Amino acid sequence: MADWINTILQGILTGGLYALLAAGLSLAFGVMRVINIAHGDFAVLAGFIAIALNQWLGLTPVESLLVAMPLMAALGYVLQRFVLNRALGNDVMRPLMITFGFSIIIQNLLLQGFSADSRSLYAGSFSTASFQFGGQIAAGYLPLTMMLSAVVILAGLQQIFSRTMLGRAFRAASDDPEIVRLMGVDNRHVYGIAMGLALAMVAVAGVFLVMQTTVAPTDGPVHLLYAFESVIIGGLGSLWGTLLGGVILGVAQALGDKFDPGIGTLVGHLTFLFVLAVKPNGLFPKTKDR
Amino acid sequence: MRAKLLSPKAFQIYGLALLVVLMVVAASQPWWARRYTEQWTTEFLYTLALAQAWNLLAGYGGLLSVGQQAFIGVGAYMVVALGLLAGWNPFLTIPVAGLVCVVLAIPMAALLFRLKGANFAVGTWVAAEVLRLLVSNIDAVNGGSGISITPTLIGMPIWWRMSETLWIALALGVGGMAMVYGLLRTRLGLALTAVRDSEPAAASLGVSVSRMKWAVYLVAALWAGMTGALIFITKLRVAPDAAFSIDWMTTTFFVTVIGGIGTVEGPLIGTAVFFALRALLADYGSWYLIALGLVAIIFMLFIPQGIAGVLKTLTGSNLFPTQRHAPKVAS
Repeated sequence: MADWINTILQGILTGGLYALLAAGLSLAFGVMRVINIAHGDFAVLAGFIAIALNQWLGLTPVESLLVAMPLMAALGYVLQRFVLNRALGNDVMRPLMITFGFSIIIQNLLLQGFSADSRSLYAGSFSTASFQFGGQIAAGYLPLTMMLSAVVILAGLQQIFSRTMLGRAFRAASDDPEIVRLMGVDNRHVYGIAMGLALAMVAVAGVFLVMQTTVAPTDGPVHLLYAFESVIIGGLGSLWGTLLGGVILGVAQALGDKFDPGIGTLVGHLTFLFVLAVKPNGLFPKTKDR
Repeated sequence: MRAKLLSPKAFQIYGLALLVVLMVVAASQPWWARRYTEQWTTEFLYTLALAQAWNLLAGYGGLLSVGQQAFIGVGAYMVVALGLLAGWNPFLTIPVAGLVCVVLAIPMAALLFRLKGANFAVGTWVAAEVLRLLVSNIDAVNGGSGISITPTLIGMPIWWRMSETLWIALALGVGGMAMVYGLLRTRLGLALTAVRDSEPAAASLGVSVSRMKWAVYLVAALWAGMTGALIFITKLRVAPDAAFSIDWMTTTFFVTVIGGIGTVEGPLIGTAVFFALRALLADYGSWYLIALGLVAIIFMLFIPQGIAGVLKTLTGSNLFPTQRHAPKVAS
């Protein structure tokens, strides 16, 4: 019994990581109506930056994260402002293909720089120690921290959206990019900030990812799929829905692997397809896809 | 008005004549070319077939699938199931593989069409991954480690095997172009072009957008399935990671985007450019792929109409004209 509870708990906490990944994807989609195919690759890139800082400069994992986050945010701003913004419009194909190009480039740059080996970021006892709830039920400090970070970051994002000028600009630019420019808001700059913020969140997810498990340069796409599934299960536009989507996906995968090691990912995908079949707009839909 | 390099009519005649010559050169290869050349031509033609099917799907149907490798993989595994396990002639499995993919595409479309635009794209990728993982768990086909299909070809003379492969590739590649061109010149094609240009406008004129999308999705599945079966007959070994690989889509995107998406000749031009670049740069490994990614991004930013689009502005015509002109009204 404790065995099953531990499995489910582990799945729930992994959901925190998925929600972190998904929040960035959801933000970029919500504001720019663009799905960043390279989203998972950016997470892996952030993880590898942290590994490099840790191994070459001797920074601690936390310090590496603090350096990787602004780096990724700057990269996001620059790529959005100077590349993706040139392909905005009603045609979803151009931004999709451009981010697919990013994905190929990032994977191959990482292969070139780090070889095809899987790597991880060693965080000492923090990676392995766990908190005992009693009755043989325990949860690792790392997964607990991931979940806590996800909740804090999603709450922060919610506040930005509902209470700040920036959030208002996000929502306005999402609703009507033409009108928002008439109101004196530079939507290209707003898009840049949105992508920067998205990649900063991706950086957090990526650093947690390499602390939790070993990651290879070509592992990006699978994390794009997990993030995407979390967003769709939760319902487009709903941040807390996304967290729940991540949790559902995490639990499905954990239970699948418990049943038969190696089928967790498949069970996760099937759960997504099931939700798509019975509730096509997700569990907590807020916006309608245009 | 700008001076054109060639008159539209001359451009079409020269272009078509060149194509016919190339087809004869390709089809006669078993009698004069070296094996290496024949393999190269086969690969060229199946790449063209994949690109043409995706061009129809994304360029005309507006369905941005990132998951056509689902059908390539299922096609490949039909060679295993019918050829290796049931003992059919592997070439006979090709049309059946296409039909199986059409049947499979029906529930997939029913589910995935709930997602729009970019979400549909990622959804198709998930579907392909589901199929890859399912096949990886089937013991009869050796699961994830893959299986050799060489036993199905034992007893077949190599000349005959290579010729048959080449001719089928020619039928799928050039036939794919002919199919897209033929389709576009019918009423269905007119409706399809209208849907491509504006869904709401097409719908308001009485075009059933959803029926269009279904038709295009099933045809693209048929083509990818048959091509997938053929590809893996040439590779002699089928493994889930290779058969359901996203790399098929990477090549397809590159070829279609560079050549000109939403044109009949685009994929042909793109395939030629792709093979030229590969011959020049393949030795550079990762840097070669990085260069492909950069070229694709540059095209999407500055030349989204592709090389075919540029040629059209230079000559004022397409090689395969599909536009219609309003009837002249007597004044």
